[in-house]
Amino acid sequence: MTSAIATLRPFAVNLEPEVAAANEPATRSPAAGPVATLDARAAEVVAAKAVAIAERARLRRGRARAIVLALLPPLLGFALFISAWGLFSQTTGSLPSPAKTWTSAVDLFSHPFYQKGPNDQGIGWNILSSLRRGGIGFGFAALVGLPLGFVFGRFAFANAMASPIISLLRPVSPLAWLPIGLMAFKAANPAAIWVIFISSIWPMIINTAVGVQRVPQDYLNVARVLNLSEWKIMTRILFPAVLPYTLTGVRLSLGVAWLVIVAAEMLTGGVGIGFWVWDEWNNLNVEHIIVAIFVVGIVGLLLEQLLLLLARRFNYD
Amino acid sequence: MEKRPVDKFLRIEAVAMTFQTRNGSFAALRDIDLTVKKGEFVTLIGHSGCGKSTLLNLVAGLLKPTEGLLICAEREIAGPGPERAVVFQNHSLLPWLSCFDNVHLAVERVFGATEKKADLKRRTQAALALVGLMHAEHKMPHEISGGMKQRVGIARALSMQPRVLLLDEPFGALDALTRAHLQDELLKIVAATGSTVVMVTHDVDEAVLLSDRIVMLTNGPAATIGEVLTVELPRPRDRIELEEDARYHHHRAAVLEFLYRRQMRQAA
Ligand SMILES: Nc1ncnc2c1ncn2[C@@H]1O[C@H](COP(=O)(O)OP(=O)(O)OP(=O)(O)O)[C@@H](O)[C@H]1O
Ligand SMILES: [Mg+2]
Repeated sequence: MTSAIATLRPFAVNLEPEVAAANEPATRSPAAGPVATLDARAAEVVAAKAVAIAERARLRRGRARAIVLALLPPLLGFALFISAWGLFSQTTGSLPSPAKTWTSAVDLFSHPFYQKGPNDQGIGWNILSSLRRGGIGFGFAALVGLPLGFVFGRFAFANAMASPIISLLRPVSPLAWLPIGLMAFKAANPAAIWVIFISSIWPMIINTAVGVQRVPQDYLNVARVLNLSEWKIMTRILFPAVLPYTLTGVRLSLGVAWLVIVAAEMLTGGVGIGFWVWDEWNNLNVEHIIVAIFVVGIVGLLLEQLLLLLARRFNYD
Repeated sequence: MEKRPVDKFLRIEAVAMTFQTRNGSFAALRDIDLTVKKGEFVTLIGHSGCGKSTLLNLVAGLLKPTEGLLICAEREIAGPGPERAVVFQNHSLLPWLSCFDNVHLAVERVFGATEKKADLKRRTQAALALVGLMHAEHKMPHEISGGMKQRVGIARALSMQPRVLLLDEPFGALDALTRAHLQDELLKIVAATGSTVVMVTHDVDEAVLLSDRIVMLTNGPAATIGEVLTVELPRPRDRIELEEDARYHHHRAAVLEFLYRRQMRQAA
């Protein structure tokens, strides 16, 4: 019961006095025992039980109310968003209406994996190949970025050498790297992967380096007293201590990778959600573009949630 | 093994410690001279912030003195090492390792080269049993109480069978009953192993109960040794019998007199 109250508190503060009042007769009844007759006491017990049941029902109702209260604002937000969109599409006529977009989304997702030649494939294939491209670029970035972050965090000299270069390159717009990739690889697909690599590497380097620098002195003192080998210090102390920071870096990097991929694919072509958006623009199929925007958003959200879940697993407090 | 007499096992010679901080240099300790015999139990007592932990960290080798020299077993203390085990003031357990693994890390480091896996496991469990934590060996540090964490820290230090045991307020976070129990255990362990112990404490009763000598530090900054009291109470000591002993009360009074008359803490 107390836990139920505790969970309710953030949502519905006004419930509390109600519950406390309901509690009182139940706790006070035994004190009245000695003077009352047996019958009266029995009646009292029955009454107390009724109060308890009523209270439980009230709590249950309270919990339902809390859930409704929690869901209400986002649902209202969506409803407003969609009505604004509908209104806008009706008045201007250039934007497809929500209903039309929905039907075309249902249509698209009923055959996600069809294949009619290289330029006409189902949306499922497009999503998958974008994910694959992003995964390769991001994977290379992790492979290079995490060890670099470790080195920069552990050795002040290397850090001092690298940090001006990092500060200079990090704010460069991702697509500015595309010509370099095209020049180096002479092909569109590796160039797109290169763009994802170079723009998603920075958060991993920086967060890992900061994590290494922030390993508590206490843990390092333990390592020093035990005189642990470099290997043991790495595996038993540095790596676990830095992991939460690294995971934050990985999450930010993955966000960037997914952000960049649509833009890169628009320019390089092939199969992928970005290319698909461009293709649908050439076909003037605006419903599909809107569907693609939602798909990109939802996939990004899922990736982020996945990593947040992973990060929670490695939170030691 | 030592060529020199054992009564100069640990030597602190003219040590001073000055920290370089952002606001200039801060002299924490000056003119510290102390010699500890092999097997002796010495406590450092003084008001908060006077430099007890600093002195202990110097002996541990975690800090380098700005002046003077520290010698242990005829060798200059150049850095930390497992022969001088430390129980840290804030337990310093690694939060990603279970209680067992925290202790095992130390056992493995000291005995891993010479002993079999099963022996290492046995040593680890024995150390945990010593502090009464066998039942918590698979728990993670965040799942146990502050006092239990401190006991794991003690188990970790004891498991290494160090030549010198350095304790920084090891019982500070414990309730009175657990503290008394662990003090008694420590007395037994020290009697059995003959370890040399340097321990920091705030607690006058604890200092008198455990020590051969009590080293009293003056208030900082630039703290130094104000007085050294030799505790002339026979061992083994029993806390209940000591209550009847006039010498016990005499020693207590001497330490209290130093701390609360002569080193009255200025209101900060
Ligand atoms: N790394 C450091 N840099 C600067 N000053 C320090 C450092 N370590 C300790 N000090 C200062 O040295 C003095 C002594 O600190 P120390 O931790 O040794 O005190 P203590 O006697 O152990 O106190 P407590 O009983 O509260 O643990 C304090 O004034 C502290 O601020
Ligand atoms: Mg201290």
